Amino acid sequence: MSTEGVDKSKRRFLIGATTVVGAVGSAFVAVPFISSMQPSAKAQAAGAPVEADISQLEPGQMMTVEWRGKPVWIVRRTPENLSALPELDGQLRDPDSAVPQQPAYATNKYRSIKEEYLVLVGICTHLGCSPSHVKSTDPHNLGGDWKGGFFCPCHGSRFDYAGRVYAGVPAPTNLEVPPYKYMSDTLLMVGVDHEGGAA
Amino acid sequence: MDKLVAWIDRRYPMSKLWNEHLAEYYAPKNFNFWYFFGSLALVVLVIQILSGIFLTMNYKPDAEMAFASVEYIMRDVEWGWLIRYMHSTGASLFFVVIYLHMFRGLMYGSYRSPRELLWVIGMFLYLALMAEAFMGYLLPWGQMSFWGAQVIISLFGAIPFVGDSLALWIRGDFVIADATLNRFFAFHVILVPLILVMLVAVHIIALHEVGSNNPDGVEIKKNKNADGIPVDGIPFHPYYSVKDIVGVVVFLMVFSMIVFFAPEFGGWFLEKDNFIPADPLKTPEHIVPLWYFTPFYAILRAVPDKFLGVVAMGGAIAVLFILPWLDRSPVKSMRYKGPLFKIATFIFVISFIALGYLGTQPATELFTDMARLFSILYFAYFLLMPFYSAIDKTKPVPDRVTFKAH
Repeated sequence: MSTEGVDKSKRRFLIGATTVVGAVGSAFVAVPFISSMQPSAKAQAAGAPVEADISQLEPGQMMTVEWRGKPVWIVRRTPENLSALPELDGQLRDPDSAVPQQPAYATNKYRSIKEEYLVLVGICTHLGCSPSHVKSTDPHNLGGDWKGGFFCPCHGSRFDYAGRVYAGVPAPTNLEVPPYKYMSDTLLMVGVDHEGGAA
Repeated sequence: MDKLVAWIDRRYPMSKLWNEHLAEYYAPKNFNFWYFFGSLALVVLVIQILSGIFLTMNYKPDAEMAFASVEYIMRDVEWGWLIRYMHSTGASLFFVVIYLHMFRGLMYGSYRSPRELLWVIGMFLYLALMAEAFMGYLLPWGQMSFWGAQVIISLFGAIPFVGDSLALWIRGDFVIADATLNRFFAFHVILVPLILVMLVAVHIIALHEVGSNNPDGVEIKKNKNADGIPVDGIPFHPYYSVKDIVGVVVFLMVFSMIVFFAPEFGGWFLEKDNFIPADPLKTPEHIVPLWYFTPFYAILRAVPDKFLGVVAMGGAIAVLFILPWLDRSPVKSMRYKGPLFKIATFIFVISFIALGYLGTQPATELFTDMARLFSILYFAYFLLMPFYSAIDKTKPVPDRVTFKAH
């Protein structure tokens, strides 16, 4: 075939234009497929709040409820637990909870509404394992000056009794405090915000 | 018969393909023990596909039913236990075979020019195999399945800016859930196997284009006879096909012993915690991936920073891709490399095994420090290679392969 007199630039333009149109078309077709992998409407709706009855909780005890498929811990802290908190400030990455990992009404030195009760999402901020509750009196190998708190068995992250992360561990931020409110003195609702406080 | 072959050959290059890839593919005559593992990998792939197809006939990819359906396969399906143990044993042995296959390449410089692309394709195969194993491990929906997937998918969350939405997109829910299980099933049984099979074909085509390396690292194509056949080459079929069958027989003996007598392999092939159904509220006391991921897991844990840990783990795999361009030694094979390279490789092997062990252990302070040391040695092997391989004292390479007839 003779290529004499062929306008090559016109050919290149046509090839380029066709390719671009094809690529745009493919991108449009890809959108529904990629979007289909997003959480479905059903999954998004499944975030209903849960109630937790804390009347049976003894000082030093922890209970777990499931909220949005995640474990939520409720710990009744002892006075010793609370008095140990300020002593640890120097060993922590974010002792003043500067990173917004808690609702405004829990942004205080105990990271809670009532200082006695700690409510946390029990998922390590490192890679999503659920840390273990390790009291200072439990057998552990976290060092002699361990004041009690949470230890993640997966990658060794440590948190104190306010869910604040120690420095020098893989977890980057404090444990998350979920939105919650008191329905009465012994009934908690996890998943709805405390009155008078914005999330 | 000849007429039928001729009829087909006029319409499809059957004899041509047979000759190019088997009967007239000339492989070096000095292959040794280490050259069994390529064909063994192919055998394991076939075992996995076959046993996998039969498992899907009874498995239910549903968070409510998955765990029970695996137990159903184990207890109620005729010979179900055998098919399931073949699949779980095959998964671990796949990695045994692949690690030995990769180590062969490392020893004899099979990644060096002109085989760089062959190595890179192989690395993509390794990546696909890891994805396949990871997604398959979620399917039994045991405690280790669940929390292993939780950790690995959270790794994507460490990527700045897009990480969280990416992890959400992969899971298809705010936590590992039915949606995750269902899509991993789809990837595990069709998408990734398809990629694997295609990459295997590409890998073999690339191999047959450049020709096989050998323990001496001598190019047999440099020395051809009057017919254009390498003087140190022998046709793959029947010589190596028969040799490889011997390897397959021995392999199947080992395989059967594990399947019949130690399918859990002391918790290394099937972890104890995975016999407990997935519980989203409780992480097992001691969570570890299966043994073939533990070296990289140990590197991840060694870094006390979320993002950098993920970078280090990814880097440990990525650095293998650029290996062909790190080795500056004038010779290919370990046989003619100097003491520096040999010592470095020895330290690397020790580090890799040590990391693999540390990855299975709890993250105590001593173990974390050890993991840090071995992670540094792991990276040093690759990143310092351009220097020590260049200044190393090599031995002269012979013109032809060394081979003694038996």
